[in-house]
Amino acid sequence: MTLWFLFALMTAGAAFAVLWPLGRPAARLTGGSETVVYRDQLDEIEQDAKAGRIGEPEAAAARIEIGRRLLAAADAESTEPRSSHLGSHRAVAVIALAGIPLLALAVYLPLGSPQLPDFPFAARSRAPLGTQPLENLVARVESHLEKNPTDGRGWTVLAPVLARLGRFDDAARAYRNAITYSGETAERRADLGAAIAGAANGVVTDDAKKEFERAVALDSKEIKARYFLGVAAEQDGRGADAGKIWQEILADAPADAPWRGVVQEALARVNGSAPPLPKGAEATAGGMSEADRSTMIHGMVDRLAARLKQNGDDVEGWLRLVRAYTVLKEPEKSRAARDDARRALGQNEAGLRKLNEGLKALGIDG
Amino acid sequence: MIAEAGHYALVLALGLALIQSTVPILGARLHDAALMNVARSTALAQLLFVGASFAALVTLHVISDFSVVNVFENSHSLKPMIYKITGVWGNHEGSMLLWVTILALFGGLVAAFGNNLPLSLRAHVLAVQAWIATAFYLFILLTSNPFLRIANPPIEGRDLNPVLQDIGLAVHPPMLYLGYVGFSISFSFAVAALLEGRIDAAWARWVRPWTLVAWIFLTLGIAMGSYWAYYELGWGGWWFWDPVENASLMPWLAGTALLHSAVVMEKRNALKVWTILLAILTFSLSLLGTFLVRSGVLTSVHAFATDPTRGVFILLILCIFIGGSLTLYIWRASALKQGGLFAPISREGALVLNNLFLTTACATVFVGTLYPLALEVLTGEKISVGAPFFNLTFAPLFVPLMIAVPFGPMLAWKRGDLLGASQRLVAAGIGALIAVAVLWAWTWGGSAFAPLAIGLAVFVILGALCDLAERISLFRAPLPVSFRRARGLPRASWGTVFAHAGIGVALIGIVCETTWNSEHIASMKPGDVAQVGGYSLTFDGTAQRQRSNFREQIARFTVRKDGQSIAVMTPSKRNFTTRGSSTTEAALLRRGVSQLYISLGDAKPDGTIAVRMYYKPMVLLIWFGPVLMAFGGMLSLSDRRLRVGAPKPAKAGRALQPAE
Repeated sequence: MTLWFLFALMTAGAAFAVLWPLGRPAARLTGGSETVVYRDQLDEIEQDAKAGRIGEPEAAAARIEIGRRLLAAADAESTEPRSSHLGSHRAVAVIALAGIPLLALAVYLPLGSPQLPDFPFAARSRAPLGTQPLENLVARVESHLEKNPTDGRGWTVLAPVLARLGRFDDAARAYRNAITYSGETAERRADLGAAIAGAANGVVTDDAKKEFERAVALDSKEIKARYFLGVAAEQDGRGADAGKIWQEILADAPADAPWRGVVQEALARVNGSAPPLPKGAEATAGGMSEADRSTMIHGMVDRLAARLKQNGDDVEGWLRLVRAYTVLKEPEKSRAARDDARRALGQNEAGLRKLNEGLKALGIDG
Repeated sequence: MIAEAGHYALVLALGLALIQSTVPILGARLHDAALMNVARSTALAQLLFVGASFAALVTLHVISDFSVVNVFENSHSLKPMIYKITGVWGNHEGSMLLWVTILALFGGLVAAFGNNLPLSLRAHVLAVQAWIATAFYLFILLTSNPFLRIANPPIEGRDLNPVLQDIGLAVHPPMLYLGYVGFSISFSFAVAALLEGRIDAAWARWVRPWTLVAWIFLTLGIAMGSYWAYYELGWGGWWFWDPVENASLMPWLAGTALLHSAVVMEKRNALKVWTILLAILTFSLSLLGTFLVRSGVLTSVHAFATDPTRGVFILLILCIFIGGSLTLYIWRASALKQGGLFAPISREGALVLNNLFLTTACATVFVGTLYPLALEVLTGEKISVGAPFFNLTFAPLFVPLMIAVPFGPMLAWKRGDLLGASQRLVAAGIGALIAVAVLWAWTWGGSAFAPLAIGLAVFVILGALCDLAERISLFRAPLPVSFRRARGLPRASWGTVFAHAGIGVALIGIVCETTWNSEHIASMKPGDVAQVGGYSLTFDGTAQRQRSNFREQIARFTVRKDGQSIAVMTPSKRNFTTRGSSTTEAALLRRGVSQLYISLGDAKPDGTIAVRMYYKPMVLLIWFGPVLMAFGGMLSLSDRRLRVGAPKPAKAGRALQPAE
């Protein structure tokens, strides 16, 4: 309601601006005139001549020129008629009083959103905690940490939430900060590695692997790190090594450990009783339905193919792609990927050799 | 409520502009003073409403109300306050709102301080101003509305383009807009004169301060933009002949010509038709600049918007205003009475020469900027017209202009004496020759062109000083007399001296920077030392820092000269998480008017970092020159006296110079 009152007030102000000059007495409505300029110019000449800035002959010539202009201007002004047309005044007043509000509403209503209140940031982030979605809470913690970046506990709390929200890059940064400001533990290193792998769509990259190795170095019993090192071995095509690592984990594990199932499944995969997933999708694909899992895997493979199309130097990547197509039972694509790999590697002899060896190991003729 | 009130205020401004663009003209036709005066109150009210609308948008950005699309797309709650404010015009919609706010500001100023204008002229001027305003209000409301809302606002904004998160954004666009839009007043005056069918010396007197204000801001705005590009983009260049830069240079060249031809008109009542044309062209070029930047025709850091409907809309505005005003010009110009006569060698003649060179230079820039665009549209072929074209065409036009600059103020009105003027410039000529000789000896075997160019610059500077010495009879009269004359000298004359000297100063900077700039690009490890321009730079290492909305990698360099450590330079790279992009922040070290410049490239994991180092001699003069020019403009603006050109009678001996 206040808004409409304000609108009315503003409209009235605008209309008043149009009506104001119409109501003033005509005698006071005067403007400047050209003759003033020329009179001033004449004064100027006098002063210049007196101060010696111009010579007398120039001054005389200038006086004549300006005098001529002055006469012409005075003539023009004296013939200018002045009038007042009451009829047109009334018409303009009507336009101001009716036209402005009509036009304003006609333009504003389709464009504006008068029903929406303001949403200033400060008021929104002060809303009671229980009523806010998770994203808001995360944003608040993040803004707190941006201002106090050395709050290690804050980073430790935030990092897993970010990882769960799928913001793996931010999660990795948060874990790094947690390690910097709250100290290094095997668990944090392992979580950091998992976040990095998450950011790479489940691929245990060199960076991630380093973190897992560091975690195991800190605590040889660190389950998550050991599991992911197994995944890394599997992704490198060393299925036997992976199986060995996972078997060790199971041997150490208490019988009621909740993660036993995941490891057993992975183990079954490398032992050949279940088809291996490409690119370590186990990390995320665990709880999905078969259809979802298949879509996700295809998506990942397509992404890998697209990446390799841009940067063909990655021998490991090509091998992964060829293997993935084989697993997905698409031999044509597998063969096409192999040919593409050879073409992309072209002059890179060391790379070609590595590719051929890898292909042989996969049981595909080199 | 703030957003909706701002939105409604903008709509009301449109309504007022519509009334302002029609009623005063009707009043002028009927000779009705009250109707003519409607222009004044509506112009002031329009300023009030647009100002309120702009203030509303600023408030929305400050309180980070992400229910407004414009705020959501260009702001972030963690952004420092200054960038929250400057971010208002760091995007398409907001910058257009600033554009119309300044347009309304100029209209309001004419309404408030135009008491000395005849009623009908003021009515016409404000009406034409309102036509422009109406077109742009419609453009904003229909295609680029900054007040559109989101019903379910996101919690955080998308942040401003990191390149724009710099203090430069606080200064460069408002200055440039004050310049661009300021020329709208000259345009409105010109169209008003054509509508009235009457124009004379008084017109030039009235329009002069407005042109001058616009010119001062445009000069500063361009210089500021150039300096910003120099330190922010990290290439160490200060002018790229980028189409967007050219778009601002064209109105400047035309505006400078206008400024000079208006002097002739004011003093001698001559060149009237030409001055009107220049006023129209200058603002047309400003509009063209807006079109080029805003339509998405060009892609650059300035092109926030690449939306075809906007482009078509601006093109339409462009066609209506440029086409309409030129048609009006062709139709009415012949009706204007011709003014005073003058000989080819005279102050007027010199100013015509100036106009000739400036407009030709403007035309070459125009061709160089638009030809590639036109070719691409017509044939799809992409060509790039770069620095070589402009250097080849622009320089030959500017050399004769620069030679002529010192002669202009020395010549008398109506009939000048070239020989006499040359005699009075002998001192400047000798000074320039000495400068050339000294530089030649000093840089023996180097560039032959640079000493000549610097000699020309010295000639321009000394020529301006000679003009001053002549006016105050320095060395001819006793010193106290000269001093008294200097104090009595009109400020406009001082303005001429400063502005002309400013061109020379800028030229020295340009020539030195392009000729003796030394550059060193290296991949450095901590502890490495690089030599550039006689300084040795030691790379001490890098550090990370977290700032409000970015992370910064800061490199530390110790600068030594002759073994003495003189300063520490800290260039950095900033990473903006929200936009996932990064910027380079060059480090600058001023040595006199020269600068050391360090900019960081990519860092490698092993701790080495690519570094670009420059030593730029005299580089600051490039921007100091324009500042001097703008200062001259301000002096001239502050001159309350009126100007009169006293014509020189046919048969008089050598007389004193007429007053400026």
